[in-house]
Amino acid sequence: MNSWPSAFLWLADPVNWAGPGGIPTRVGEHLLYTLVTLLIGVIIAVPAGLAIGHTGRGRGIAVQASGVLRALPTLGLLLLLALWLGIGFTPPLIVMVALALPPLLAGAYAGMDAVDRQTIDAARSIGMTGWQVLFQVELPLALPLVIGGIRSGCLQVIATWTVAAYLPLGGLGRYIYDGLAVQNYAEMLGASVLVIVLALLADGLFALVQRLVVPRGVLAGRSRDVRTRTPRRSASSTPSTTAG
Amino acid sequence: MSLRTRGIALAAVAAVSALALAGCSSESPLDDSSTSSGSKASGSIVVGSANFPESEIIAQVYTQALSDNGVDASIKPNIGAREVYLKALQDGSIDLVPEYSGSLLQYYDAKSKAKSSADVYAALSDALPKGYEVLDQSTAQDADSYNVTKEFSQKYNVTSLSDLKSVPVSLTVGANPEFAERPYGIKGLKSAYGVTATLDPISDGGGPLTVKALVDGTVQLADIYTTSSAIKDNDLVTLKDPKHIIIAENVVPIINEKKVSTKVKNVLNTVSKALTTDDLVSMNAKSSGSAKESAEQIAKEWLASKNLFK
Repeated sequence: MNSWPSAFLWLADPVNWAGPGGIPTRVGEHLLYTLVTLLIGVIIAVPAGLAIGHTGRGRGIAVQASGVLRALPTLGLLLLLALWLGIGFTPPLIVMVALALPPLLAGAYAGMDAVDRQTIDAARSIGMTGWQVLFQVELPLALPLVIGGIRSGCLQVIATWTVAAYLPLGGLGRYIYDGLAVQNYAEMLGASVLVIVLALLADGLFALVQRLVVPRGVLAGRSRDVRTRTPRRSASSTPSTTAG
Repeated sequence: MSLRTRGIALAAVAAVSALALAGCSSESPLDDSSTSSGSKASGSIVVGSANFPESEIIAQVYTQALSDNGVDASIKPNIGAREVYLKALQDGSIDLVPEYSGSLLQYYDAKSKAKSSADVYAALSDALPKGYEVLDQSTAQDADSYNVTKEFSQKYNVTSLSDLKSVPVSLTVGANPEFAERPYGIKGLKSAYGVTATLDPISDGGGPLTVKALVDGTVQLADIYTTSSAIKDNDLVTLKDPKHIIIAENVVPIINEKKVSTKVKNVLNTVSKALTTDDLVSMNAKSSGSAKESAEQIAKEWLASKNLFK
């Protein structure tokens, strides 16, 4: 455990914060890679998930495809694609998108699933078209869970992009592979700390977004629930239930 | 009935071989090194090997060549990394092991500045611990090497690292990440040859990804081990290193002095003289290729083809 002080010394050393291989550059690259991955992932998975949730069809296929994607070994797939396509940016991007798809897809169709059928029926009965139901009723109600899917995908993608530095790429994985090659464990551990911090910050950001996208109507409903429940809760003096 | 007798016979065979094995292990080299050293001077020789195929093949060549010439030799293959098998050599569990001159020198003398084959070999005799010596070194080498494609070599007229300076395009080297720091890497290129190159770190030790990057033109230079069959398969040109930034890694037997006799010396020196880097390449290809031949078989074929002892 005596690597910890050296890891923080590495993080504190101004030399490591300057130049083209410096920490700000690497963090920037890492964030850019993550952003591109999530963007492509969202473009593919969210419409697919919404379609599955809206129509109720293709759910079985989506679940199976997600399972297959989840089972793919990241490094193995990376090497296979790199041998086929060369050592550019495309092979790791494909691998990371494949990694991000299952949680994104799951978030999207779970969000649609969670929308109350009565609400949809009510929307139809006042004359809304399918598209209107999708964009004005289902999507706003599903959005917190859709964002939740992106949130969990983002965590995985931030953590796993490090693996791609097996190839000549930037990002924080660079420090981990370079450190390993010359047994510089301070560098490896310092970079791991950065990855963890980055992941936590991203997670916090998405948690905030998830909270902000909850429709006002839903919030109003929730606060009414809370108000009516509170007296009942305090009446029954079981301390364990107060947490919920 | 007959099944039963066969069963008994099998059991008997198993018991006998178990006893024989037990016999072997009880007269292990651990106790003979101190007590019966004098009479067994040129007696049985145990050949060890490192834990990778090439080392095991060379160890097999040594063992078979010694046996063919009437020396009682046995093999303990696949012992481990350098730290482990050199310890085994020093505690007497093995007597002889194939080594690579540069790595062996740096193991015993990390500060040594020797780089060329001759310098490294000369420095080795001083660096080795007492009681051990290296016999003649082979010209066969398993070292890092800079490689370019044939087209690149012809287009810019490059056959040596010193030719790189006049190449008008920017140079990228595909190699393991440590290549950025090592004296034979990016820094050595700059200080010894005045060549500025950038590194594309590929963590597969000069394996298929590095080779693909070179052939695709993603990198212009690649660090590939001299005994990799990829060099020949892809028509690559290995650049000469006249200023010796890469340390020589000639195959050389290191042996316990107590086991050295004129006969042992002659046999091993004859083997080393005949062994070439090309031989190592084809041996490795046989071992890792689709054939997956055993080290024993590969060694046998090599000895038969060279016909050294007639």
